[in-house]
Parts: sequence; C-alpha cells; structure tokens
Amino acid sequence: MIIAEQKPLEEIRGLIGEAEKVLVVGCGTCVTVCFAGGEKEAGILATSLRMASKLEGQPKEVTHTTVQRQCEWEYIDPLRDQIAQADAVLSIGCGIGVQALAERFPEAIVLPGLNTTFLGLPVEQGIWEERCAACGSCILGLTGGICPIARCAKQLLNGPCGGSQNGVCEINPDTPCAWQLIYDRLKAQGRLHLLMEIQPAKDWSTSRDGGPRKITREDLRLQAEQSE
Amino acid sequence: MSVQASPPLHIVAFCCHYCAYAAADLAGVLRLQYPATARIVEIPCAGRLDALEVLHTFEHGADGVMVAGCLEGDCHFQSGNLNAKRRVDFIRGLLEQIGLEPERLEMFNLSSAMARRFAEIVEQMASQIQALGPSPLRKQARSQPETIMESHTP
Repeated sequence: MIIAEQKPLEEIRGLIGEAEKVLVVGCGTCVTVCFAGGEKEAGILATSLRMASKLEGQPKEVTHTTVQRQCEWEYIDPLRDQIAQADAVLSIGCGIGVQALAERFPEAIVLPGLNTTFLGLPVEQGIWEERCAACGSCILGLTGGICPIARCAKQLLNGPCGGSQNGVCEINPDTPCAWQLIYDRLKAQGRLHLLMEIQPAKDWSTSRDGGPRKITREDLRLQAEQSE
Repeated sequence: MSVQASPPLHIVAFCCHYCAYAAADLAGVLRLQYPATARIVEIPCAGRLDALEVLHTFEHGADGVMVAGCLEGDCHFQSGNLNAKRRVDFIRGLLEQIGLEPERLEMFNLSSAMARRFAEIVEQMASQIQALGPSPLRKQARSQPETIMESHTP
C-alpha cells in the first residue's frame, strides 16, 4: 500500500494561509491503514486546526469528511457541493488523492496535508518499510521475492556491494542488506544458481526515466465499447 | 474543596472502569474530599482512550484532562494502560503543535483500592491546572455557536 505521514501542523497552517473555510478530506484506503489520513486523522486534524486558529485569534471554520477512495472520480464526485463552499480543500489522501481532487475540481484550491512517502507494508504495528519502487519491470522472480530496487540503497542488480557488513547496509545500521537477504533466502531454497547469471543493466525506461507512465486496457474501456 | 478557582476550572477525568472509576467510587464511600472541578468519564480501559475525544474535550473548553488507568502490569486487558501512556505522549505532542500547554494533559496509574490516591491525583491535577490558568479556548468555546460539522461519505 501507499505509505504517508502527516506534515507538521505548522506547515499545514502555512499552506492554508488566510482561507477561512477549510474542508479536510480523508481517504479510506491506504492512508487509513497507515494511520496518516483516514477518518480519525481527518477529525484530529480538523479539530487541531480549529483550536490553533482560535488560539491565534482568527478562528477558522474547519470541517472534515472522508471518502472511501480519493483516487477515483466516482468516490470524490459527491464532494462537489462541500468543496464549492470551502475556501481551501486540505487533502490528507496520498499525492494521487490530492491530484485527483485538484483535477476533478479545478476551481478549488487543493492542498496536501501529507507527505506521500513510499510503497510498503507494516512490518509490525507502528513500523512501515518500503518494499516496492514501482519500477515497471519486476525481477522478484530472480531474487527470491526480495526487491533489490526498493531495498538496496544502490539498486544493484548484481549485489551485494562492499558496503554490506554483517548483513547490514552501510547507509544505516537499521537497514538490512537486500542482497544478503536475497542470498540467504535463495540458499535456503536451494536456488543459488539464480545468482550465477549476471544481470544486464536495467532498462529504466519502464520506470521514471521513461516519463509519466500510462496503462491502457482496450478490453476494459467503456468509451471504446461505445464507439464501436 | 481545597481548590476552587474563579472562574471554576473544568477538568475531565477519563477513568478506567477497573481501577480509577472504582477508586473514585470508593473515595465517595469513604467521604474523601477532593476538588469538584473534575468531571469523571468512565471508559472500559485506559487503552480505549481516543486522541480525537481528548482533543474535542479541550476544544469544548476543558482546562485540563487527566487519564487514570491501572497500575503498570495490572491492566485487566494486559497492556491497555501502557498503550494509553504512549497515546497520552502522542496527544501531548499534538497539544504543543496546536499551541496549548502539554501539561494540561496528564496520565496517572492507580488501583481500585487506592481511593486516597485518587483524591490526591485530582488534587494534584487541579493544582497543576490552577497554576496554568483557564484554557485560552474556554471563553471562545462557550461564547461561540457550535461550528463542528462532520460528515462521512461511504
């Protein structure tokens, strides 16, 4: 899922500026699960903003709502009236949610309340770790299900490097060496032969190097069906 | 009543059913005196403490909030009081960002038999809030119409 964390309240208040009517919009999917932008967090942020603005002597009218998914038109369309009444919309969805609101309601001032951080999972409650870099060309089949693109600091395809010490990456003692993990798992599975093949330089055109990405599935498009 | 400010202070005490709430009950049976500024809210466990409810309490004009859970190691649900302790720390951080003194929120631990301790912690909290003075939000919270609007779009 997409992992995010809330911006400091001071930064959010700076973004809101002079807007008097603020609508905080939470999202019920990824950012709810990582406790950054769900219904509870929307309520906490709204009440925090109301109190902070009152203490400053310029009380703002801050309301909040949460949609199931901020990244789909059908879920955000019902917000049209609420957004029309707001001077500013503070999205605490991921960056996709912020942009979906801004794109669907181009007249509205849509602001981000979160820093969208990475694609990952909760390794335990309260700790999230990155697992996928969305590079567009998955090699997990060769690496024992451990991604060296997301989890190796150098994104090596033929690791480990000399910075791997006792199974730990040199960049941070809390970061395990992805290639040590890959080696250990393939060894346990009796598949070390997978590492004997040298991987060529990665084609990064499927990742960010190829510019903004887009997937089109003609079999799923409703407009294509209508045009036939 | 040893602490009686003018205007009177408003302290909300979130009390665990298994310890502080029972201790408050026992304090009543024992006719122990403690400041009448504390309004008790029973919760099934200190671990049920909700950051949003605490913030709403402050928003609606409470001068202080105290959370009272079981002694560490004695939680009826094993670790609810420890969860509450971490949550209180988190909420105090929020209060600081909002601009309220974090000292307006405190957590205490006691058992259901500690009626005198209950009276003491209410006294202590009342003194602490007395020193801080009324919440700067209180006057505004009482004089302005309700502006909170909540909605949920499933």
